[in-house]
Amino acid sequence: MSRITSYFKSLLLIEMFKGMGLTLRYMFKPKYTMRFPMEHIPKSNRFRGLHALRRYANGEERCIACKLCEAVCPALAITIDSAPRESDGQRRTTRYDIDLFKCIYCGFCEESCPVDSIVETSIHEYHFEQRGENVVTKQQLLAIGDRYEQDIAADRAQDAAYR
Amino acid sequence: MSAQLLQLICFYAFAAVAGISALMVITLRNSVHAVLSLVLTFFSVACIWLLAQAEFLAIALIVVYVGAVMVLFLFVVMMLDINLERMREGFIKFLPVGIVVAAVMLVEMLALIGVRAMHVMTMGPDPAAAAGMSNTAWLGQALYTRFLLPFEIAALILTVGLIAAVVLTLRHKPLTRRQNPGDQVRVSNRDRVRVVKMAAERPQESES
Amino acid sequence: MADLLFHEVLIPVLLILAIMLPVVLTVAMFVYWERKVIGWMHVRMGPNKIGPLGLFQAFADVVKLLIKEVVIPTNANKFLFFLAPLLALIPALAAWAVVPFGQGLVLANVNAGVLYLLAMSSVGVYGIILAGWASNSRYALLGAMRSAAQVISYELAMGMSLVCVLVLAGSLNLTAIVDAQAGPKGIFDWFWLPLLPVFVIYWISGVAETNRAPFDVAEGESEIVAGFHVEYSGSAFAIFFLAEYANMILISFLAAVLFMGGWLSPFPVSWGWIGHGSILWLFAKAFIFSFFFLWFRATFPRYRYDQIMRLGWKVFIPITIVWVLVAGCMKYLGWVTIGG
Repeated sequence: MSRITSYFKSLLLIEMFKGMGLTLRYMFKPKYTMRFPMEHIPKSNRFRGLHALRRYANGEERCIACKLCEAVCPALAITIDSAPRESDGQRRTTRYDIDLFKCIYCGFCEESCPVDSIVETSIHEYHFEQRGENVVTKQQLLAIGDRYEQDIAADRAQDAAYR
Repeated sequence: MSAQLLQLICFYAFAAVAGISALMVITLRNSVHAVLSLVLTFFSVACIWLLAQAEFLAIALIVVYVGAVMVLFLFVVMMLDINLERMREGFIKFLPVGIVVAAVMLVEMLALIGVRAMHVMTMGPDPAAAAGMSNTAWLGQALYTRFLLPFEIAALILTVGLIAAVVLTLRHKPLTRRQNPGDQVRVSNRDRVRVVKMAAERPQESES
Repeated sequence: MADLLFHEVLIPVLLILAIMLPVVLTVAMFVYWERKVIGWMHVRMGPNKIGPLGLFQAFADVVKLLIKEVVIPTNANKFLFFLAPLLALIPALAAWAVVPFGQGLVLANVNAGVLYLLAMSSVGVYGIILAGWASNSRYALLGAMRSAAQVISYELAMGMSLVCVLVLAGSLNLTAIVDAQAGPKGIFDWFWLPLLPVFVIYWISGVAETNRAPFDVAEGESEIVAGFHVEYSGSAFAIFFLAEYANMILISFLAAVLFMGGWLSPFPVSWGWIGHGSILWLFAKAFIFSFFFLWFRATFPRYRYDQIMRLGWKVFIPITIVWVLVAGCMKYLGWVTIGG
C-alpha cells in the first residue's frame, strides 16, 4: 500500500515542486554579493594585515632592536640586524625585513613588541609585481607606518580598553 | 531551367552521393568512417525518397535508421579495438570466394529484374495525390484499413522479439549484489534516520 | 533564370537569415539570462560588470572564445574532430525551418513537420558521439557513451508524447496542430489540459534530450570534467555551446507550439484584442519555458546514470503508451474539442 501511495506521490512530482518553490523564493531575496572594489565588508579594528613600523610623535622611530619579534615569529619571517646609531650611539636596527610569503599574520610580533613599534595594519589589499618584492624592508615598513599612522592609532585606541 | 530539370539534377546528385558513399562503406579502412558513410548513404537515399514525395518513408528512415540503429552501430564499432593488420590478412585468400558470391548475387539480381521487366507494370498515379491528402495520412489510412492484419502481425512479431531479447539477456544471478534504482528512489527519510526524543540528561539516580 | 534565382535562392536565403540571426542573438542573450537567473537563485548577482547590468557579458564571452586557439589533441581524428561540432549545430538550426511563429509565419510549412523535428533531434546525437570518439580521450568517450544512450532513450518517450498530440490534432503539420488548439475557452482549449501527464513527460524528455541539468551526465563536470567536449576549445567549443542553447530554445518553442497553443492568446476570443493570437504570445510562452530550463538547473542535483535510464524506460515510456490510448479514447468519444 505504501508502495502505491509513494508511487503516485512521486508521479505528482510534489517534492520537485517543493524544491523549485524554494529556489524561486531565493531568487527574489536580497543578494549577499559584495561588489568588491566599490563595496567593502566591514573590518574589525583588530584585523591583522600588512605590517608597519611606527614612530613617536616627535619623529623618532620606536623600534629599539630588541629582536623579541624576530624571536617570537613562528614562521621565521622577520630578520633583524642591529648596530649603534652613528649620530647618538643608540641601539637601532640597520635591517628590518619581513618576508610576507612566510608571514602567517598571527600578530605575535605586535603582541611581543615592548614599544608598540611593529604593528599589523588593517590593509589587506596589496600585491607584488616582481620576485623579491615580497620581502619588505625597514624603509618600506616605516613609510607604511607614516602614511597610515592615524588609522593605526585609531585602531589601537579603540582596542586599548581590553589590553 | 524548369523545376523538373532541377529535380532531375537533384536526383542525380543525391543518387551519386548515395552510390559513392555506399562504395566507401566497403572500401574505407577506418571502420568508424565506414559507418559514417553508411549514415550518409541512408541520408541521401532519404533525400531521394523526399524527391519522390514519399516524405513519411524518408523521415522514418532518418529517425529509425540514422537516428537510432546507426547510433548503436557506431557505438559498437567505436568500442571495438579492431586490428586492421589482422583484418586484411585473409583478403587475397578469400578474394575468389568473395568474387564468386558477388557474381552470383549480381546474376540473381539481374535475373530478377529481367523477369520482372517482362511483365511491365506501369505505376499508377500517386494514390495519395489522387485521394487529395498528404502522403503520411494516406499511408496511415492504408495501414490501418487495408493492411490492418499484416500490420498488427508485424507489430506482434516485433514485440515478441523485444520480449525475447529482454528475457534472454536479463538474468538475475542470486549472488551478485545489485542496486535497484526504483527502491532507492522510493526511500524516505524515515527509512534511513530514526529520530529519538529523549531528555538532554540522564535521570539522576535517587540518592538513597 | 534570374527570376528563378531570385525566387528559389535569394528569398529563401534571406528568410533563413531572418530566422538564424535572431536565434543566434537569442542564444547570446539567453546565456546572459541563464547566468543572471542562476545567480539570483544562488543569492548572487550574476554578471554585472560588462556593459549596463552586465548585458554585454555574452558578447565578451563570444569574442573571447573566437580569438582563442583551437587545440587538437594528439592522435585525434582530425576530420571527425572538426566535423562533430558542425553535426551538432546543423540539426539544431535546421529544425527551426518548420517552427510556425504565427498564422502562415513559417519558413517551410511541410506536412510531416513533427516527424521532421524528430528526425533532426535524432541526428543531433551524432555530433556528440563523434566529438567523444574523435577527441581520443577517455572522459570524452564516456560522455559520448552516456549521451548517446540517454538521447536515444528519451527520444522514444518524446516521440510517444508527440504521438498523443498527433492523435488529438489529427495532423503532423505544426500550423495545423496550433489551429487544432484554437477555441472559445482560450487557455483551456490547448492540449496541455487533456494531455497533462504527456506534456510533463515531453518537457522532462526535452530537458534530457538537450543534455541539460539535471540530466547533464554527458557533461557531468564533477565526474567526467566536461564529457564529450572536454577536448574542445575556442570556436569549436563555441559551436557546441551554440548548438546546445539553440536546442534549448527550440524545445521551449516546441513545447509552446505543441501543448500551449503556439501564438494563440490564453484569453477567450470574446475578450477583444487581448484574446487575439499574436507572435508575442508565442515569444512569451517560449520565454517562460526557457526559464524552466534555468530553474531546473538551479534547483536539482544531477541524476545518476542508471536512474536516468530507469526514469526513461520504466516510467515515462509506459505512461506515454497508456496515454496514447487515453488520447485516442478522448478523441473517439469526442471529449476534446478540436479546432474550436
